[in-house]
Order: sequence, then C-alpha cells, then structure tokens
Amino acid sequence: MIKNSNGEKAFAVFNYLLLGLLALTTLYPFLYTLSISLSTTREATSIGFHLYPKEVSTTAYRMVFKNDSIFIAYSNTIFRTVAGTIMALLVTSLFAYALSRKSMPNRKLFTSIVLFTMLFSGGQIPSYIVLKQLGLLNNVWVYILPNLIGAYNVIIARAFFQSIPESMNESAKIDGAGEFKIFFSIIIPLSKPIIMTLALWVAVFHWNAWYDSMMYITDNNKIVVQAFLQRIIQENNSDLISQGLINPDIQQFTPETIKSATIIVSILPILMFYPFVQKYFIKGVMLGAVKG
Amino acid sequence: MQKEVISSGTKKRVIPKSPLLKQYINNIELVLMIIPGLAALFLFNYMPMYGILIAFKDYKFLKGIGGSSWVGFEHFIRLFSGMDFINVLRNTIVISLLKLVCGFPAPIILALLLNEIKSSKYKKLIQTFTYLPHFFSWVVLGGIIMMIFSVNGPVNIILKFFGLREPLVFFGNGNLFINMIVSTAVWQSVGWGAIIYIAALSGVDESLYEAAYIDGAGRWKQTLHISLPCLIPTISTVFILNLGQVLNAGFDQIYNMYNPTVYEVADIIDTYVLRKLRAMDYGLGTAVGLFKSMVGLIFIIGANWITKKISDDELGIM
Repeated sequence: MIKNSNGEKAFAVFNYLLLGLLALTTLYPFLYTLSISLSTTREATSIGFHLYPKEVSTTAYRMVFKNDSIFIAYSNTIFRTVAGTIMALLVTSLFAYALSRKSMPNRKLFTSIVLFTMLFSGGQIPSYIVLKQLGLLNNVWVYILPNLIGAYNVIIARAFFQSIPESMNESAKIDGAGEFKIFFSIIIPLSKPIIMTLALWVAVFHWNAWYDSMMYITDNNKIVVQAFLQRIIQENNSDLISQGLINPDIQQFTPETIKSATIIVSILPILMFYPFVQKYFIKGVMLGAVKG
Repeated sequence: MQKEVISSGTKKRVIPKSPLLKQYINNIELVLMIIPGLAALFLFNYMPMYGILIAFKDYKFLKGIGGSSWVGFEHFIRLFSGMDFINVLRNTIVISLLKLVCGFPAPIILALLLNEIKSSKYKKLIQTFTYLPHFFSWVVLGGIIMMIFSVNGPVNIILKFFGLREPLVFFGNGNLFINMIVSTAVWQSVGWGAIIYIAALSGVDESLYEAAYIDGAGRWKQTLHISLPCLIPTISTVFILNLGQVLNAGFDQIYNMYNPTVYEVADIIDTYVLRKLRAMDYGLGTAVGLFKSMVGLIFIIGANWITKKISDDELGIM
C-alpha cells in the first residue's frame, strides 16, 4: 500500500468534497424544478430551497395536459425522433460502410466531401433559402431530411467498420453474397455497440432540437415540444393566452409551476433512459478519441 | 481522421488500375450505398455553400440566386462601416474567448481530479451527475437556470446568507450576464468534455507511476510529470478544434437566456444574422455568415499548421 503524506491526505479529502459539490450543482437544479412543478402556488412563490414539495399538488401538470398543444407537440417530437433516428442511421451507416471498403471507387474523394462539411458551411441564410426552394418550410420533413448524415458520425462508424477483419467479407463473397447482403447480415450484427451509440446520439439530438422548429415551422400543429416549451418560458402569460397556447385558467397559477411542469414533461424520457444507456453514449466519445 | 502513411523509402507496388467507369460498375452496390448520403450532403450542405453567392448579390427570391444582379463587396462594405456590426463582433469575441479560457482547462482539471479518486463507485457517481446537463437542450437549461438565479431564487438566498443586502439581478446587468453565460457554459460542458481526457488517462502505463513513486515523486509530481504529458496529444486536438469555434459564442445558449436589457453585450454574430434573416436582409446576413465561416476555417487550418510545426508533425488533426 502506498503511504500518503499528510498534504496528500488533506488533498484527497478536499478533492472528494469538491467533486461532490460539483455533482450537487448538476443535480440540484433538476430537483428544484421537479419540486416546484409539484408545489402549490403558495409554496412555489415562497422563498426557500424547495428540495421537495411540502404539500404535493398536481395542479400544474393537470393544467399542462388540459391543452391539446402539448400532446400535438409531443407527438411531433416522437415522430421526428423515431423516424429521424432510423433514417439517419440507415443513411449514415450505409455511407460509412461503403467508405470503409477498399474497393470503393473514389474513396478518398467521397471521404473529403463529407469531412469538408465539418470545416465549412453555407450559414443560416443560404440554408434557409435552400429549404424554402425545396418546399420544406412548414413541412415536418424539415426535421428529418437535413439531419440524415453528419460528418462526425460517419467518421466514427467508418472507423468501426474498418476494424472488422476483411476475412469476414471474403468468405461471404465467395459464397456469392453481394455487398448489401454482407452489410445487413454480417456487418450490422457485428456492429451493435456502435449502432447503439449513434442511435442514442441522434435520438437525443432530435429530442432536444428546437431551432428548426422555431425558424422553419409556423403552423402550431407542427411544432415540437422544445419549441413549445421555449414559448412558455420566453413569453409572459397574457401573450400565451392570446395565442391560445395555454388555457386562460392558468392565470390563477404561477407561471413558475407551469414552466417547471412543462420542463419536467419535456425531459422525462431522457431522464428515464439516461441511467441505463449512459455507457453507450460514452463509448462513442472513446471511439472518436482513439481516431482523433 | 486517419493518416495514410506512405514511407518514401519503400517502392510503390504498381497495380494496374482498371478505368474508373469499370470500377464503378464492378462495385455498383457500394456506389448505391453512398447515394442517399451524397444526395443529403449535396442538398443540405453543398447547395447552401453555393448560396453564399448571395453575399455578393442583390438577392431577389423571384430571380433566384443565379439571376440576381452582382453587387461586389457592397454588403461587406456596409457591414464594416456600420457601428452595430463592430459591436456584435466584439461581443462575440469577448464571449467566445472567455469561454475558451475558462472552458478549455476545466475538463482537463476535472479529469485529473477524477483520476485521483480511489473509490470507483464514487467516481462513477460523480461522472453520471456531471454528464447530465449535456443531455438537455439550452431551452430546458436556460429555463431552469433563470429560475435558480431569479431574484427570489435559491442562489440569492445563499448570497443573502453570506451578507449580501440586495439580491443580484443576474440577467439584468451586462457584466453579470456575461459571467452567467460563461460559467453556465462551463458547467454544462465540463463533465462531457472530461470523458475524452479520462479515456486518455486510463491508457497511461501504470508502471510509469510505480517507477516515479519509487523515485520519491508524490501524487502532485506524478500528475505534473506523467499524467499531464500523456494528455498532450488529446489536449492539442481539442484545442485546434476549439479554435475553429472562435466566432461561435454559443447561439443556443445566448438565445435562450438573453433579454432586451443585455442586448448591448449579448448580441452576437448568430443573433445578428437571425435578425437580418427575419428582416429579409439576405445579402448582408449571408455576408456575415461567410465572414464567420471563413474566420473559423482560417483559425482551424492555422492552428493545425502551427501545432504541426511546433511538434515536428507529431500532433495535429489533418
């Protein structure tokens, strides 16, 4: 056993406390929001740390769910997350697989084409104009099509596919299997960890995306949860009521409880899955780190 | 990004390459595989790059990009002669540099501190919590932060306990606002940013530490002379990538946290472009976007070049 000096012991104690404090600063804000969302109006406006609601009230949640808007926004978010993730994964992994094959013609050129998008972009306004010309404004496909392929995901997937021994393919080829058959029946089953990581990254991206909904969608029936939440947070009550986004009855409740309840509703799926899938998220960063 | 190393000493094996067209036909399945991705890249990445021409044109939607008339550098002249853009540029650089100065070392320090934790359970617990903010949008984080830092919120209660008489209005004062933006950005990204360094540290040969211990080096010296040098390649890669973001002050965060009282210091390039987009001043807005993209590109290539020079081609990303 390594013997520590007194200074090192003092540091160890300090280190444990400091990191514990850091962890608390990330936990407490969510706890606070949850507590406020479950508080009565009177309690929510009282000054205090609100670690837990003294008197549990579900009024704020009932107010949030009283309106159809949240259900519509929620279903749009689920649509973009499910369809967006499946389609992006298919397009990205096919692309990455082809780039990982040595027989791919113009392999370097196509790799550069995807890498260049990491370094340079057209910017907000040309993107807006292109989407307008393609008829994607006020169209739910604007959530999915522009996000089908991302350079970073291609690099990580390609690196993983390259690490699979060529001999796996050779024998399949001798048996007469084509590339598509090899990809779906040999490569994909071998690549579950990377596919899982990418799926989670893309899904979280879609769940959290709000900018496209705010910029490209004007129809209230097509907005996503994050954009809906943003309106609740940024605008004051009277504006929201006049827009019909929240119920006038809300006036008797503090906006804080409504805001908190909407926040909790919007992050609940991530909070629920997070503890179980955390390791997959991290695996991807590690893979990216190795390839640098 | 992989480096294809071709050593100059060995003779290249000469393989007669079949003509390109034949290669495409022989590998038709692979070619089909990249078509959906290529189409998406073309439409949503390369078409907007073509749209950059708007920065040099008097863009009219009906005439299209090609049909609109050229105006040369008029938009750029308008941009740099007006005071409002200079202010926006200054705000952007101030915020992004502060974020770099505070946000770049933070994950390295966190990784080194976590490396000193003996109990792996405690380490895991801390990591699980510190990753958490990375998984939520700035819409959510901004909403929560504004409640926590409100006049009657918990932070002001703590400050009052420490003797502050008047509650601080964190989002109503320029200086405080900038501090809030920088510190919450660090808070949000520090845990996730540390992963890459933790991965690098876990790869350090344990015998190096043992040897140093036998030579009488304490934990501090071991950190300074073993852990830190082992992180240098990772640090340089992250640093180069960060420099490319020099004109990215963090639109998602600022847009969800600012308000009219702090526009003077919080108006950044992206919020400026957004305003131009809404005002349909497309030419000027595109010129700003092009300026931003070019600066980012120059910084990333420049930083990569300098890193390679200093390290004799050992480090760098390209």
